[in-house]
Amino acid sequence: MRDWIKSGSPWIWLTAGAVAVSLLAVAGVMALTALRGLGHFWPKPVVETTFMERDGKRSGLIGELRDREEVAVRRLRESGFTIPGDAVFAERVLVKMGNRDVTGADFRWFPVPLLGEIKYPKDIITLERREWGNFYGHLLAVKEEGKAVAEGEAAYPELLVRFERANRLFTQIHELEKYEIGRINYALEQARLESRALDIRGQLTDARKAGLERRKAELNGEFGKLQERVAVLRKDIGRDTLLARVQDGKEVEVKLALVADAYRPNDMSLAGKIGHYARKLGEFITEDPREANTEGGIFPAIFGTVMMVLLMAVMVTPLGIMAAIYMREYAKQGPLIRIIRISVNNLAGVPSIVYGVFGLGFFVYFLGGNIDQLFFPEALPAPTFGSPGLLWASLTLAILTLPVVIVSTEEGLARVPRSTREGSLALGATKAETLIKTVLPMASPAMMTGLILAIARAAGEVAPLMLVGVVKLAPALPMDGYFPYLHLERKFMHLGFHIYDVGFQSPNVEAARPLVYATALLLVIVIMMLNLAAIRLRNQLREKYRGLESV
Amino acid sequence: MSAIPQPQPQPEARAAVRFETKMPVEREETTALEDLQKVINVRDLNLYYGKAQALKNVTLDVPGGHVLAFIGPSGCGKSTLLRCFNRMNDLVDSCRIEGEILLDGKNIMHHKVNVAHLRRRVGMVFQKPNPFPKSIYENVAYGLRLLGVKNRAQLDAAVEKSLRGAALWDEVKDRLDSSGLSLSGGQQQRLVIARAIALEPEVLLLDEPCSALDPIATAKVEDLIVELKDKYTIVIVTHNMQQAARVSDFTAYMYLGELVEFGKTDDIFIRPKKKHTEDYITGRFG
Repeated sequence: MRDWIKSGSPWIWLTAGAVAVSLLAVAGVMALTALRGLGHFWPKPVVETTFMERDGKRSGLIGELRDREEVAVRRLRESGFTIPGDAVFAERVLVKMGNRDVTGADFRWFPVPLLGEIKYPKDIITLERREWGNFYGHLLAVKEEGKAVAEGEAAYPELLVRFERANRLFTQIHELEKYEIGRINYALEQARLESRALDIRGQLTDARKAGLERRKAELNGEFGKLQERVAVLRKDIGRDTLLARVQDGKEVEVKLALVADAYRPNDMSLAGKIGHYARKLGEFITEDPREANTEGGIFPAIFGTVMMVLLMAVMVTPLGIMAAIYMREYAKQGPLIRIIRISVNNLAGVPSIVYGVFGLGFFVYFLGGNIDQLFFPEALPAPTFGSPGLLWASLTLAILTLPVVIVSTEEGLARVPRSTREGSLALGATKAETLIKTVLPMASPAMMTGLILAIARAAGEVAPLMLVGVVKLAPALPMDGYFPYLHLERKFMHLGFHIYDVGFQSPNVEAARPLVYATALLLVIVIMMLNLAAIRLRNQLREKYRGLESV
Repeated sequence: MSAIPQPQPQPEARAAVRFETKMPVEREETTALEDLQKVINVRDLNLYYGKAQALKNVTLDVPGGHVLAFIGPSGCGKSTLLRCFNRMNDLVDSCRIEGEILLDGKNIMHHKVNVAHLRRRVGMVFQKPNPFPKSIYENVAYGLRLLGVKNRAQLDAAVEKSLRGAALWDEVKDRLDSSGLSLSGGQQQRLVIARAIALEPEVLLLDEPCSALDPIATAKVEDLIVELKDKYTIVIVTHNMQQAARVSDFTAYMYLGELVEFGKTDDIFIRPKKKHTEDYITGRFG
């Protein structure tokens, strides 16, 4: 036994165990989020059954089974259900009933013993709606202007055709509103700011005033025309409706204008399901969120996250590298520089919310406020840079990750051997030339390591962002077609905050839960891709300057 | 190319310590030390690292167009003295120097001297081969590029000439684009020499250039040193006394920061004047 301990085997086992546990933890987290998140997009079969209420009445039930668990029968009885038999435990299932406008509740637990025969009727349709969540029911008829155009079996193909049309119209309306009307609103706002700016400077002559008024009138005229076009389209889109029978036998009419997607989940082939899955996944990544973020996609959040991380990288890298160069190459290595170095290292340990508070106080209120006073007085009292936004969020994170970049760059510089520097100096290079031509290229992989760590830290950070620029729903992306194209003052969405918002601030927690996992998975993937890009770059640099290790 | 400011020449200082060289000349090509033109004159050099004195009152003249070897036990200050010739000691924060070193009669220790210019005139090769992590071509062209040479033909010619000068051309001419670090140790050291002579310096300082090389590579570098002395003044520091005897025309023996004896290599090795030198050379200590 003693020999065994002395041989070092237990040590190997212990260390290998640590590695195994770490690997398991990572794999477990990834597997859980992937399983829970990615499963969400698979079309779920819709069951139809009956259920005996507390008062003994049987009612119909249509919905998706979402979860099941064991509960004590006693608990069910205490809550008023009459459960037959003498089993101690009974199963209950969570059913997504949808039809929030009809039933009032989206999700409900049902004890299995009280359910009737479970069927999967092929003709049940699932409608994803733009309001009120999902809808489940038996399709009865498709109507045009209140008159049925197709009934029974013929209704579903007709529905698909008309749904296609409604969807096309919806896209048209959406684009008109977003781009055309958006453009006019933007121009109107510009005109207002211009007149205000001229007014402040006392240059608002009557001629200019008249010109601006004319412009406004023109724009308003255009706006009126667009409004009319939209009204026509709206009328057009409202033409078709569908009639369906819901769980309690009632017949409900649904406007096709509200339908985002329609399919028969119980009548799908495997290929159909896979296609549906891919489509849903694509929508999740490329579309805007709907219904308080519990439906639709998360594209703005992905865009915001990537944008913010890139901006942060652009700001932190030069600053950190330059600071490190001064500290390692130029500053006299004495007590002062040691104190600075220790302080920088300690900055890395400051809780991120502290940076958030600092960012809010210094960047947003002080810097942003002053910028507004100086450059955007015409927009006041509405703030331009004086409110949380993308620029301030990136800057705050740049400060947050600065120590990481400084420390690894310094390490990289310290690893460049003295002999190489001397070789360069002995050839008549000045210190600056030696740094630029030889030392910095050799230290560049270390700088990339710093950047990788900075990205990893910044992309996952949420707390400070809540103070300096992230919102639950941003009206516009920080990048668009209007000058100056990149709108650094805008608020933005972020995957990390989205997870928090959807998971814990949502009115419909059950519906949002899978989205939380999916979003978390996506956040991890986004961070991984950003990191992989940086790692690839670093490996290329390493390859190029691989002499470092051998010298 | 160099513009070293002139801090009043001191003719009387040139008549420094003379060495007794009345022994019969054995090597014909080596004329008497006094008659040779002196490239570098070291005058009363004292060097301190913090409080420790590393060089004590060193005065010596480096004859031009020959090989001068510094020998002596570790820590005797020979490398330190060598590094004074191109002011590499400037890099050491705690280093303080008194006295002067004249290169062509101009004091290079003067604070107004352009150190970069000086180092182009006085090239240096270090103990461990230290090629840059760049291609062989770029290694050799490094110094020229610093000078602002951009003409490709001119660079090509200089690279070839330097590599030929360092007896490396035939081995690397087909792979000038591969990394300088892909060469063997001996080749790397010759590459570093090529890099140094690309600038056509007046003096070449070699700081134990063979201590990291195997015997075959050492032999090649030694042959190269002998070849190079026609064009350059070479100062070499070595631990290997056979090497000093093989390659050098003159030898200076140093001990504990002092220059003990300086003379023709043959004299030092065959007829050392001081007991201390003899003890070291015969291996009684050191």
